[in-house]
Amino acid sequence: MAVTKFLYRTSINHRIVDFCHHLRNNGIMTSPIDAAHCLNVLRVINANEHHEVRLAFKSIFVSNKDGFNRFDELFDSFWFNERKQRHEHEAIENTGPKTVTNKNAPSIFEINGSGKSDNIDLPDNDNDKEANTSGKGRLIAAKTINTMTTDMREFIQAEDESKASEIARRIASAIRYKLSRRRKLSNRGNTLDMRRIMRKSIATDGEPLKLLRKRKPETPMHLVGLIDVSGSMQPYARVFLSFIKGLIGNDLRTDAFLFHTKLMCVSDALRDNNTLRAANRLSMMARGFGGGTKIGTCLNNFNKQFIGRILGRKSLVIIMSDGYDTDDTAILDSSLKHLKKSGCKLIWLNPLLGWKDYKPVNSSIITALPYLDLFAPCNTLQSLLVLENELRSL
Amino acid sequence: MNWQDLQNKLSEHAYIANQELAMALKIALQLERPILLEGEAGVGKTQAAKTLSELFDTELIRLQCYEGLDSAAAIYEWNYQRQLLSIRASVDTGSDLKDIENRIFSRSYLMERPLLRAIQQQKAPVLLIDEIDRADEEFEAFLLEILSDFQITIPEIGTISATTKPMVVLTSNGTRNLSDALRRRCIYNYVPYPDLRTEIAILTKRYPRVSSHLANQIVSFVQSLRKEDLEKKPGIAEMLDWTAALSGLGINDITSDPEALQASLVCLLKTQSDLYSIPKEVSQRLANGAA
Repeated sequence: MAVTKFLYRTSINHRIVDFCHHLRNNGIMTSPIDAAHCLNVLRVINANEHHEVRLAFKSIFVSNKDGFNRFDELFDSFWFNERKQRHEHEAIENTGPKTVTNKNAPSIFEINGSGKSDNIDLPDNDNDKEANTSGKGRLIAAKTINTMTTDMREFIQAEDESKASEIARRIASAIRYKLSRRRKLSNRGNTLDMRRIMRKSIATDGEPLKLLRKRKPETPMHLVGLIDVSGSMQPYARVFLSFIKGLIGNDLRTDAFLFHTKLMCVSDALRDNNTLRAANRLSMMARGFGGGTKIGTCLNNFNKQFIGRILGRKSLVIIMSDGYDTDDTAILDSSLKHLKKSGCKLIWLNPLLGWKDYKPVNSSIITALPYLDLFAPCNTLQSLLVLENELRSL
Repeated sequence: MNWQDLQNKLSEHAYIANQELAMALKIALQLERPILLEGEAGVGKTQAAKTLSELFDTELIRLQCYEGLDSAAAIYEWNYQRQLLSIRASVDTGSDLKDIENRIFSRSYLMERPLLRAIQQQKAPVLLIDEIDRADEEFEAFLLEILSDFQITIPEIGTISATTKPMVVLTSNGTRNLSDALRRRCIYNYVPYPDLRTEIAILTKRYPRVSSHLANQIVSFVQSLRKEDLEKKPGIAEMLDWTAALSGLGINDITSDPEALQASLVCLLKTQSDLYSIPKEVSQRLANGAA
């Protein structure tokens, strides 16, 4: 990667602005006001002493721990461009409101796609050729032929769909609302709202005739479903897709993602009322369906691209996977940690749990367990139905 | 005062700040911007704010955050009981309604909470917003107005602007990700666990009478304890507590009395499982390593 060269002498203002751009290109968000602050600060420190300038700029530009650890390298690569190269980095995507509204084009968020800057920190280099994921005694994926394109019509059937959507509706209503800690005005509340009583009583000579109440309002939860559609999960994909379609059909505060070695957002496709068209749109996205799994990488991508937009404290992430993973568990660990830190509730539904003597002993599941709020079976629609009560108590 | 002076002044008040922290504090003071201190529990984030208030000899106004914190607890609330009584009393004497309203919505019926109090001081105070990550996103959004404009709007009275700009210190343990909007408005510093030399300096500042040999032992022991697999790593406050405990027990060498050492570990390890995971053998190994 090219280093910054000062070809000609520019003013300090220009250089600071250039430095801002350099930081921005490297994933540290800066604003013009920061640049102005820098110029202000240069007046009160010894600007000839690069150590001081470094400390000062660090405090101004950095706004999180990750940036804090990386800043020194970025500073060096910009200001001391003689010997140092810019370090490998990931440009953070602008996670603004990106709603896909184009009805004609299928909405495919192909993440980790053509091997640009996304896959830098991932140790596994076999980009997207997921067929060769046989190693280390995995259970199923080894024997499955990688169907590059699958028509998903066969995975969604009419009778399943109505049942699944009914279950999904019940589950959604069980977890839909979470009590807020704040209190709002309400007719049936259990606490008196003194502020409003006071206001009203002025009109009646200070006699509080009307007692107004307040209660904690129920705020809607945002549901996010992540479905593993790799080879080992193929037998269950139908159940899951029907379920998630039922969940999505219920309202707009739901998102669905499919993952195998890549992650894709299928919310819009599933929301399509025309079942045939939805299936067609899905089948266009189904490249790599039934191949290997990279749970950690996919979650990592999910964190990077979607977390800022769709997650908050009032969200619930449902991962449906058997946990057979070709990724390093360290990636899974850090991704789950990050996900959990965003404040969401995390549920892992594992079809293998429905087996008679299944024990969660594989490394991905063991890594994931500490972060989960619920770990439950989901091999049939019936087992999903049983979840209703457990989810309610979360 | 440049940043080295600030570092020295802090040190005179028994707070050893590393260069990055001193510079960040200096810039925050210079630009009159809030500073966000992030780091593990017990690395001295809150203490930094306390020391600043001692250093500038101003009041420390502290707002402890918790989930569900709202404006009534953080900014202001009307004193409803007094208002009701006042209306009753006025009605009996036959006062004009307009007068009553003006009176009961005057400043004397307003109960100031930390944020409102902080912007109304004659001398700029230090406003410590502690553990901001415990409050919810709504409160965070709420803070943005105060942190950028230093003004508070009360519908009945109007907008109250700051008489002096408080020095705002926010602390966070990183249990939840804070919003970018909040981060962007703050000068940021990540406070790590101090290195060996800094921590010894902290100890000797607080307990000058502890021998350098013991100080060295204590800090080395605590630092190696932090490398063990613990649920809750001992912070600086725990280290200082332990020092006080050892001094109280009259121990001059931590290797001399294994029983007492083990018993005193309650000052450092704060969960049952942590206490179990450091049995006598491990504590002896660490003590011998530190000696």
